[in-house]
Amino acid sequence: MTSPNPSPALSRGAGEIYDATIIGAGAMGATTALHLARSGMKVLLIDRGEICREASGVNAGTLTLHMTRAALIPHAMRGRELWLDAPKWLGMDVGARSAPGLSLAFTPAEREMLEKRAEARAAMGAPIRLITPAEARAVEPRLNDGVLAAAFCELDGHVTAYLTGRAYRRALTAAGVTIRENLPVSAINRDGAHYDITAASPDNRAPEHLRTRRLVLAGGVWLQSMLGWLGFDVPVKCLINQLVVTERMRPVMRSVVGIANGLLSLKQFENGTVLIGGGWQGIGDPVRGGVEAIPENLVGNVRLARHAIPALGETRIARIWLGLESETADALPMIGPLPGMENAFVIGCVHSGYTSAPCMGWLLSQTILGHEPELPLFDPARLMAAPAAQRPEETP
Amino acid sequence: MKTALEPATLPAPADLIVIGAGPAGAEAAMSAAAQGLRVLLLDEAVAAGGQVYRAPHAGDKKSASSPEAVAGNDLRARLEASTVECHFGETVWSVSPGFRVDSLSAQGTRSWHGRALITATGASERVVPFPGWTLPGVIGLAGATILLKSQGILPGRRTLIAGCGPLLLAVAAGILAAGGEVAAVADLSPRSDWLRKFPRLASRPDLLLRGAGWLASLKRTGVPVFSAHTLKEVVRDGDQLVATLQPVDGARRPVTGPEPHFAVDAVTVGHGLVPGTDVTRLLRARHHYDFAQGGWAPDLDGNFRTNLPGLYAVGDGTGIAGAATASLNGQLAGLAAARDLGALADTVHEQLAARLEQQAAKAGRFGRAMAELMALRPAQVAAISPETVVCRCEDVTRAEIDSAIEDGARTVNQLKSWTRCGMGPCQGRMCGDVATALMAQATGEAPVAPFTGRTPFRPLPISQFAGDCDYGDIKLPPPAPL
Ligand SMILES: Cc1cc2nc3c(=O)[nH]c(=O)nc-3n(C[C@H](O)[C@H](O)[C@H](O)COP(=O)(O)OP(=O)(O)OC[C@H]3O[C@@H](n4cnc5c(N)ncnc54)[C@H](O)[C@@H]3O)c2cc1C
Ligand SMILES: Cc1cc2nc3c(=O)[nH]c(=O)nc-3n(C[C@H](O)[C@H](O)[C@H](O)COP(=O)(O)OP(=O)(O)OC[C@H]3O[C@@H](n4cnc5c(N)ncnc54)[C@H](O)[C@@H]3O)c2cc1C
Repeated sequence: MTSPNPSPALSRGAGEIYDATIIGAGAMGATTALHLARSGMKVLLIDRGEICREASGVNAGTLTLHMTRAALIPHAMRGRELWLDAPKWLGMDVGARSAPGLSLAFTPAEREMLEKRAEARAAMGAPIRLITPAEARAVEPRLNDGVLAAAFCELDGHVTAYLTGRAYRRALTAAGVTIRENLPVSAINRDGAHYDITAASPDNRAPEHLRTRRLVLAGGVWLQSMLGWLGFDVPVKCLINQLVVTERMRPVMRSVVGIANGLLSLKQFENGTVLIGGGWQGIGDPVRGGVEAIPENLVGNVRLARHAIPALGETRIARIWLGLESETADALPMIGPLPGMENAFVIGCVHSGYTSAPCMGWLLSQTILGHEPELPLFDPARLMAAPAAQRPEETP
Repeated sequence: MKTALEPATLPAPADLIVIGAGPAGAEAAMSAAAQGLRVLLLDEAVAAGGQVYRAPHAGDKKSASSPEAVAGNDLRARLEASTVECHFGETVWSVSPGFRVDSLSAQGTRSWHGRALITATGASERVVPFPGWTLPGVIGLAGATILLKSQGILPGRRTLIAGCGPLLLAVAAGILAAGGEVAAVADLSPRSDWLRKFPRLASRPDLLLRGAGWLASLKRTGVPVFSAHTLKEVVRDGDQLVATLQPVDGARRPVTGPEPHFAVDAVTVGHGLVPGTDVTRLLRARHHYDFAQGGWAPDLDGNFRTNLPGLYAVGDGTGIAGAATASLNGQLAGLAAARDLGALADTVHEQLAARLEQQAAKAGRFGRAMAELMALRPAQVAAISPETVVCRCEDVTRAEIDSAIEDGARTVNQLKSWTRCGMGPCQGRMCGDVATALMAQATGEAPVAPFTGRTPFRPLPISQFAGDCDYGDIKLPPPAPL
């Protein structure tokens, strides 16, 4: 796929050609970059902001299988193990801790949903089983006594997501990856056997051009516009998730607590703070980011949390924030080669993607290196028609 | 995609909402209401007055006759007689464009709607960390004025006072008047700095006289005053605190010299005020860094308009300039909002504003001279030792901050994530400007942008926030897909 007429502007690069360039330094892109560099490639990782400051640095950090899409259970189980093992392969403890997970039902309708969902996830290999309310209270003594039914999973836990960037930055630097932060990419063009990446220069001079043999798009909710640079038209839905964290309080829970409908995710960290999430929506979009929380949705989320663990009424809300989560039309990931584009790949739109990111990035790196991945990828071609061909370069 | 649930019943929107009933906000509310606007005034305190004109505690005869109490009582009486709808005990925790203001009180959460918004939330105190600043018995200078004023409480029997700015003398005089003992006053500023400010301070002879009175009362009681001295450290010794002073040069850099120490049971220390920009930062208004006025402050035009339509800011939250300036500018901001909302003709506005503007300019000269004495000097920040705790909520030391910067943190938000500096209950109000200054010094890139504004502005008790409700009352959006 050689472009007949590389414009002179495009060949005026910095000279250096990277073996692989990853655009988007969330957990997906950073993991991919790390493994490619460790296998000997010369790797460039670009982010328009700072490393892991979007979804990968602000998420709830739950390693739960109770909420994971059934098809992603094997990947989530592997990812969870990797997070718990982070000191070994990432070089830093990111506060990953194993804990049991409970999913609760307070009404007969929720009980029915709980049973159905537990069964579907167990069928994919998640060790989830139904337990009685008394058993649930043995796991979590301060649970509301109104619990009708519960599902239990031994393999759950949490990570302090805000440490992700620090851990990856250290590991990537040690692996020799060139990290360029605060450098928004705005276009990609084929330039002979290479891709030419146009990025805004930090000092507002003429845009920079960076050249690479392989390209990985890892832009989270911004994947729709990134894929657009290469001529693909793939709608990516953007969820605006609200999160709430409390002040430190006495130990009131030891498990990860959710509700059958997925609208609650609750856990207490070692430092005593309690994180309340569950995908309640705020206002925002990929252009403006998270704009504002919706107070009614905060009240609803916090009421659910206090209903599950009444002792939460003793503490105070310290902080509220928003994060952007991506989803494809079929709610399954895009991970794999881009159809009709040599050496170009995409990774993202993974539900509960923080849990599985260490696994997903590793699988993609194996594919890029020409190995057979150990778990199935999620072919992006199902969501896209091959691009008509890149728009021809304007000849002067 | 929004899954906004039905908001609680919406009261009719007001013309103008004012947050903060200190001199700036209360005057703004009254001057706008006088033009016929429907104005809501919200404050978390139980009465109007703010920091300076705070209502004195019942039965305190002495401070009831102070100039602040007189001005405060006058402010409260005028507010009472105005058409401003006051709501006290309402802690504002969120503001949305358009404008929606959310508050929490003992009665639960409430939302207020207004066509325009004036934020007048005042300032908070800065303490540049030193070893021992987190010990019990060490309190802020501004905090001490509140104890003295609203509760008539002495910080201790024998107190050492340190830091900079006019509150040094005010607190010393307040303690003496209340029958306490002052071990010494350590002023970070060299005497020459005060003298250099003299011409501008002379613009307010009344306040200057009061300052002279305070100084005289210190002389009378033989309290030693150390100019150009910093509080080097405080250590606990049995049931006492031992405070050690150290001389500084003109840049406030510690230098070698005699290090007098004092055994006391309380230390009050403060290094100036930082504008409270919670609301303007949350709404992502444009800000600038003004060293002399306390740090980051919203960009304003001559009519207190931020760059966001309908959003105004006034008082110490827009740069430290003192209570007199806050009152006058408050009146001006109220008039500007009234004009913009169509309640006041341009020509009338100009007439009304002209006289106030002159007075405000004069008061501003005094206030800004005071603020400059309290500005954060780079040498103060550079002198923080590695093992000193910078973020007291989360126990983060300077060494931990330096290590995160070494790992590549280049913004204070990143620093917060990597160290938890600023993540505690005060949400960076205490450590924010020192953390940004540390980063600016380490990276050589000044000024470093402040923490991103987020809600809630104050911690929210979950019992109040969630209120009483049954499970069935919780309105649930559709469940997540399997
Ligand atoms: C609030 C919230 C809570 C969540 N909770 C959980 C949970 O408990 N458990 C779980 O497993 N998952 C959770 N998730 C999901 C998880 O966080 C995401 O699936 C995962 O972090 C996505 O990683 P990513 O690398 O694909 O995207 P991101 O981390 O968003 O990274 C994308 C990167 O691309 C960069 N970028 C965008 N445009 C450009 C450009 N033009 N040029 C250069 N760079 C660009 C961005 O700056 C960003 O850093 C949650 C998500 C959110 C938002
Ligand atoms: C602790 C302290 C003590 C001070 N003592 C003195 C002194 O003794 N003498 C002196 O000359 N100067 C003093 N100052 C300086 C003084 O604050 C200002 O010069 C003056 O008060 C500025 O007026 P203002 O209206 O801008 O703010 P303020 O008087 O501070 O008024 C702000 C008001 O906003 C309210 N508020 C803030 N946030 C919220 C919220 N989220 N929800 C609801 N209400 C809110 C506060 O309760 C307060 O009533 C002090 C400052 C501080 C911080």
